[in-house]
Amino acid sequence: MSYLQFVFYFFSALTILSALGMITVKNPVHAVLFLVFAFFNSAALWITLRAEFLGIVLVLVYVGAVMVLFLFVVMMLDINIAKLREGFVRFLPLGVIVALAMVVELGLILGAKYFQLAGHPQNQSMLPNTEALGNVLYTQYVYPFEIAAVVLLVAIIAAIALTLRRRPDSKYTKPEQQIAIERNQRVRIVKMSAEGKSK
Amino acid sequence: MIPLSHYLIVAAILFSIAVAGIFINRKNLIVLLMCIELMLLAVNLNFIAFSWYLHDLAGQVFVFFILTVAAAEAAIGLAILVVLFRNRRSINVIDLDDMKG
Repeated sequence: MSYLQFVFYFFSALTILSALGMITVKNPVHAVLFLVFAFFNSAALWITLRAEFLGIVLVLVYVGAVMVLFLFVVMMLDINIAKLREGFVRFLPLGVIVALAMVVELGLILGAKYFQLAGHPQNQSMLPNTEALGNVLYTQYVYPFEIAAVVLLVAIIAAIALTLRRRPDSKYTKPEQQIAIERNQRVRIVKMSAEGKSK
Repeated sequence: MIPLSHYLIVAAILFSIAVAGIFINRKNLIVLLMCIELMLLAVNLNFIAFSWYLHDLAGQVFVFFILTVAAAEAAIGLAILVVLFRNRRSINVIDLDDMKG
């Protein structure tokens, strides 16, 4: 067994085990941590496929941002775990049967000889993966890239707009009212006669 | 060398585990969202494997965009979850029957 094969089987086994752990553990926090572990292992699998940039992006962006967001939300919500576990045992056989059926069917298809591509691709360019990806991303795929930026912007605005709430009891100032203020709302000019001369 | 089908089968197993997770954790909205993330991961593994074996970088570019959209989806999904919990004090799927679907 070559080193690459060892790495592949090691990380795929860990990915699958942590995915199994994710769907079976009781505590949602542990489930998130198992998912983080699955992401780490699949980043290693991606790197065995020479997708170094995406592997590192998966760890930095996905684990570092998205999964931390999940963890944050899971820890923030005060949920009753026992109630959410109702029906776990009841639906376990159904889930196992469906998953096994899918694995067997997909395995039958993917075991066919059309999917047995093997060996080193010969005409792979010598560019580093990040550079090669950048070369196509900023030329051929520049419009999808910009649309992706817009999607992220919409997501930011939507997330803020969804969770924003105005509390009537908090004493924050409203900038639009402060700007729209008129002069005569603040300053009152009082005419009065001059006082007598002091001696 | 590892044939392409091994990568595809790993991805298929991951996807099936995610489907099983949706079946057995059908009460817990957070775990459902996490199962969707796992499905996207399996799909991304497929894309990258095909991209390497077919010498085409388009697969990796597509994974890049899938990661972007998945991040946006997770952010909005969690925002909805937080609002839901604030209004209902629960994230149980059973309690979400306002639409009478």
